[in-house]
Amino acid sequence: MTAPLIEVTALEKDYSTGAGVFQALRGVSMTIAEGEFVAIMGASGSGKSTFMNLLGCLDRPTRGSYRLNGQDVGRMTSDQLAALRNREIGFVFQGFNLLPKLTALDNVALPLMYAGMAREARRQRAQAVLERVGLGERSNHTPLQLSGGQQQRVAIARALATRPRIIFADEPTGNLDTETSRQVMEFFTQLNREEGITLVLVTHEADIADYAQRRIRFQDGRVVEDVTRAEVAA
Amino acid sequence: MIFSSLFETAWHALATHRMRSFLTMLGMVIGVAAVILMMAIGAGAQEMVRGAIQSMGSNLFIIMSGASTSGGARVATGNAPTLTFDDADAIRDLKDILVAAPVSPGSAQLIYNGVNWSTSVFGTTPDYIQVRNWPMAAGGFFSEADVRSGARVVVIGQVVANELFGAEDPIGKIIRIKQAPFEVIGVLAAKGQSLDGRDQDDTVIVPITSAQQKVFSSSIRNRARFVMAQAVSAKAMNDAEAAINDTLRSRHRIGVGQDDDFSVRNLTALAETAAATTRIMSILLGTIAAISLVVGGIGIMNIMLVSVTERTREIGIRMAIGARRRDVLWQFLIEALTLSLIGCGIGLLLGVGGALLVSSLAGLPVSITPTSVLLAVGVSFLIGVFFGFYPAQRAAGLDPIEALRSQ
Repeated sequence: MTAPLIEVTALEKDYSTGAGVFQALRGVSMTIAEGEFVAIMGASGSGKSTFMNLLGCLDRPTRGSYRLNGQDVGRMTSDQLAALRNREIGFVFQGFNLLPKLTALDNVALPLMYAGMAREARRQRAQAVLERVGLGERSNHTPLQLSGGQQQRVAIARALATRPRIIFADEPTGNLDTETSRQVMEFFTQLNREEGITLVLVTHEADIADYAQRRIRFQDGRVVEDVTRAEVAA
Repeated sequence: MIFSSLFETAWHALATHRMRSFLTMLGMVIGVAAVILMMAIGAGAQEMVRGAIQSMGSNLFIIMSGASTSGGARVATGNAPTLTFDDADAIRDLKDILVAAPVSPGSAQLIYNGVNWSTSVFGTTPDYIQVRNWPMAAGGFFSEADVRSGARVVVIGQVVANELFGAEDPIGKIIRIKQAPFEVIGVLAAKGQSLDGRDQDDTVIVPITSAQQKVFSSSIRNRARFVMAQAVSAKAMNDAEAAINDTLRSRHRIGVGQDDDFSVRNLTALAETAAATTRIMSILLGTIAAISLVVGGIGIMNIMLVSVTERTREIGIRMAIGARRRDVLWQFLIEALTLSLIGCGIGLLLGVGGALLVSSLAGLPVSITPTSVLLAVGVSFLIGVFFGFYPAQRAAGLDPIEALRSQ
């Protein structure tokens, strides 16, 4: 068996606050294999968002190690982290986080710009990805001209643009109605199944977490539950 | 990251906030326009002074009749001419003096063929043309014999030639100066403005004797308001001045302790003072303009700082999807540079336009030098980098998580 895509060992993260040091993560160890679909759950302040930021290479752990694809992320420079985020990782946020002044096409093409792709090539790729999420007709709309569900699909297209191996989605359906949420989750499931993209999803809604094959629950900076769907069913 | 993408991004960001970008640029626009305009005016003034000094003649003295002070009180010079033609000859004979010409100035109305023109009339000797280093455009100057005989001949300046004769050839024509007929024997070459702003070409020159007998209705004979003298060299100026003083004091029998009834002025020194004053003025103008350029730069920094704060979330998003710190740094630096360089471009156009306007409306000479243009562009570039760097660095130093969290 090949090495796991994500391997964290005794991961800790401290934040210094006015009242002293706050331990957001208190020793988390786990592995996530390529192609998994994982839901991370927990109340606010449980450490799940901190964990996501670390996995997403937006932040570095205080102690412990994080190996992504066998590489020690803790030892990387900020430029190397940026390159990892650009090529290996896609982000989907609750608030979509699209640039409001750019068209859907330009939003999707943005990570390709940082990947150093030439203008025409990145526009072509962005258009293709937008078509894949069903928004090929709306590539020249700005986010404000799109519905919430459409905006989230643009954000997913942006996450997919550089063909990453992992997508981190932080409450991706938090701002969407039930029907749109269902569509987004089905699209995620399809991506995971058909393309083998590893999906890590943070949510506090149980029915959203049910789309995942594996559920990890955080509490007070520790993992308190780590079960697969098969185990839940049993 | 591709460089052209940076400019595209910068352009897009600036176009999104048109009004703000325009107002920010305005500081640079005004700064650059001021630098170009002020340097153009300064250089024009310097050129004018340089031209006036060249046209004046070199190593010049002007010896005025009358005392500059009398018994400690200042009096108007030249009220009663105390210098005689013989004084002028004596000055010319000094070893440090090349030539000296007595001058009797005045003004009169000229008439030719029904056209009249009022101008200044100088009565003098042939030495004048050499002292003033004034070439002829046509014809010749009058001779010593003309001066002795009081001949009715006149040499006219370019302005007079144009006003009275137009395209006609003036040589040989008879004009009336205060009713007395004079034959035009020469036309002086154009000389332009003098240091005190008079048009030197609006003049006629006649033998000093003829001027006193026929033009100026005074009883003054054989005396001059002033004598213009040229030293043999710049080095001889001091010795020459002392010699003139000694000669005139002994000729006028002025004892020790008595006030002079004449005054000697070193025109070349005066001219150098004028040139230095102009130079200082243009440096001053340029400095003030440069300060406004710096103020414009501070305006850019201010707006870039606001922009970084406002776009913190955008920066976070860009970092999350793979922008390196230097990509963010470049993005904001290029934005500041684009602002300052576009501002500089508009400022250049305005400055050049303003300079042309000033020269045509106010009649001031202006001179736009490539140096001033290069200087303005170079300084704008430096200002863009200097004042853009701090905000850009601040943007690049943001923590991606905190940036993403901001609203």
